[in-house]
Amino acid sequence: MITEIAFWILALVVVSAALAVVLLRDIFRAALLLVLCFFTIAGIYITLNADFLAAVQVLIYVGAIGILLIFAVMLTRDIQQGNPFNRINGPALLLAFLIMVTIISVVAVTDWPVIAEVPQQGVGVPVDESTTGYIAEALFNKEGGFVLPFEIASVLLLAALIGAVVLVRRKDEE
Amino acid sequence: MSLGIEHYLILSAILFSIGLYGALAKRNAVAILMCIEIMLNAVNIAMVAFSRYLVPGVVVLTGHVFAIFIMTVAAAEAVVGLAIIIAIYRSRQSVDVEQMDLMKW
Repeated sequence: MITEIAFWILALVVVSAALAVVLLRDIFRAALLLVLCFFTIAGIYITLNADFLAAVQVLIYVGAIGILLIFAVMLTRDIQQGNPFNRINGPALLLAFLIMVTIISVVAVTDWPVIAEVPQQGVGVPVDESTTGYIAEALFNKEGGFVLPFEIASVLLLAALIGAVVLVRRKDEE
Repeated sequence: MSLGIEHYLILSAILFSIGLYGALAKRNAVAILMCIEIMLNAVNIAMVAFSRYLVPGVVVLTGHVFAIFIMTVAAAEAVVGLAIIIAIYRSRQSVDVEQMDLMKW
């Protein structure tokens, strides 16, 4: 019962925050509301028994990406007044609305299958337990798990790090 | 009315559409990046909802692992995207995507 009340409140907050991000005239307030949106999504993860993901959401999105976006807004703020829409505002609204209606109607008519037992060894956790240790098991188990994607992700992060440094370096410092 | 997978999937669809609308209709490149982050978060909600409701009473962790990888890629994408925006801002004094026509032939 508490989970349901929490879900409805969180859903209301997350949708209004996301709408405000798109509709607000002031891009700095939009960035702050985006941080609120990320934080609320962490709450939604908690209603889904995803405690580790909620912590990761707060650390990565609220802590890192939110601050990064606010930095970018502040660095580029003075040159553009407000947060205007472009020329395809009407068609974009229509397209987004059509896609939303399509997805919602498909979700509503589909009979979502429920299976009786976990299809693969070592990836199931009872809902009343913490998922943190089990996520490590699922990532690095004896059958290989997700070890290769994990290593590729670390290479990707290194490439993003070097790429960002190269892109924002001033050319005259060479 | 108890919560089911439909609630989360519809929430995810609404968030995704809001993000899509913003990504298509905004002129500020930083605002477009913010809307892309909303879309990625919407997909993550769908992933976690599937992993919670596929087997009753059990959380199947594959969806969580996928969500972690999506967060990793989203962080890399945000970093490189903002670096590109700041580089363009330095050379053209603008973050308006309607004026970014360097590669237009």
